[in-house]
Amino acid sequence: MSDVPVLPELTEIVGAILLVSRQPVTVDRLVQVFKQTAERMGGAAKDYVAVTAADIEAAIEQLARQLDMARAGWRVVRVAQGYRIESLAACGPWLRVFLERGRPQRLSAPALETLAIIAYRQPVTRAEIEAVRGVAVDQILRNLLDLQLIRVVGRSELPGRPWLFGTTQKFLEYFGLNSLDELPGVDELRRGADATAKTPTPSATPPAPTPAEEPVHESGTTAAAD
Amino acid sequence: MNDEPMYSGNDYKVTLEVFEGPLDLLLYLIRKEELNIYDIPIERITRQYMEYLSMMRMLDLNVAGEFLVMAATLMMIKSRMLLPPEERSETTEEEETEDPRWDLVRRLVEYKKFKDVARRLEELERERCEVFTRAEDPLPSPASAPTVSLHDVSLFDLLTAFQRALERIGPEDLGEIFAERYTVGEKIDQLLSILADRDQISLSELVAGMRSRHEVVVTFLALLELIRLQQLRAVQEQPFGEIWISRAVVEPTTVES
Repeated sequence: MSDVPVLPELTEIVGAILLVSRQPVTVDRLVQVFKQTAERMGGAAKDYVAVTAADIEAAIEQLARQLDMARAGWRVVRVAQGYRIESLAACGPWLRVFLERGRPQRLSAPALETLAIIAYRQPVTRAEIEAVRGVAVDQILRNLLDLQLIRVVGRSELPGRPWLFGTTQKFLEYFGLNSLDELPGVDELRRGADATAKTPTPSATPPAPTPAEEPVHESGTTAAAD
Repeated sequence: MNDEPMYSGNDYKVTLEVFEGPLDLLLYLIRKEELNIYDIPIERITRQYMEYLSMMRMLDLNVAGEFLVMAATLMMIKSRMLLPPEERSETTEEEETEDPRWDLVRRLVEYKKFKDVARRLEELERERCEVFTRAEDPLPSPASAPTVSLHDVSLFDLLTAFQRALERIGPEDLGEIFAERYTVGEKIDQLLSILADRDQISLSELVAGMRSRHEVVVTFLALLELIRLQQLRAVQEQPFGEIWISRAVVEPTTVES
């Protein structure tokens, strides 16, 4: 329709998109938007037809700095492989009153533990989770599925072809993580570490600060099969 | 010891689902007693484990069968510990003189790692609760929300307080057979009215005047139910410290305009 009178800065356009988005926006998506807009609008918008991922990263960085300097009460953060605008944590109490939110709903300890096992060991079957927790988790799994923090990612080749569970993008957003690599202590607890723990290795034995006088045999049996 | 549920059958039925398992209880006891996880005094931990199990049954909590399996496992370990090492082995020679506790220790250590990172996730969650975005509610409160259990205090902490209250009362006087009957429903009303007058009450104060086990049990059932219904909150300021009961903060939904 009408041509753009004054061409906005890259930071302005990116900032506007982040402002209206309800989900984290990836850089790829932004690149696409600039390309499509140039094709559709022509005119001045064409100036941005060749915007690259690096240009956008730079623009977001600049925007983040400007927001920080402006003390705007909101900021741009990288989360779940994209960027989003969010309020500053320090402003939380006022926002909660404004939004009429009560005490925030939080996950219970058993739910968080189950979620932790899934996050680090995914893809993982219910039986594997239960082997770690030592108690049935079906009700908790159902809740986590309802909350969309986990999802079924496939089926195992094991007998009975049990479901495999993994975490969702929403899981990352919920905890403010950019990727699963940002999980605390990820190297030790990941599936790979598990695999080595199943064969007897010294690293699978106690990392005790002061080894108990009672020797814990390093040649422990392989992981319990029950 | 009388493990029967002590409330009368036609009374309010409390159904508190327990999502914690036997490993949670063992780790709780290890932490509470400051035991070395690699050198667990099996006799002592078994005794304590059985006490908590018995309390859970007394309160008729919906306890998972795994608790009983673990009780049997502990008994077995205990008996094997009594044997001289060379006679312990019952199956293969590879196991030889393996410490009978080792398998359990390994499970506890592995689970503890996840419990530790779960606590880190909880910190992240708490931080995120202060941050808002244009997105919808972070968690669309599900219709069924049993994941929201006893939040600020673990079930085992409540059981510890319960145990103290029972110990204080001591063995029941048999002459007291005509003892007053309390119902969970009455205790629920009583708890709510106490907390209508004051902001909070410590658990020890709450049970201080009670003289019968029956009354303590019924009070705990009422308390658990009210926490489950999110009417009351139990908060503990420090690990293994005093537990304070207060009304769950119901945010005012009315807006002055």
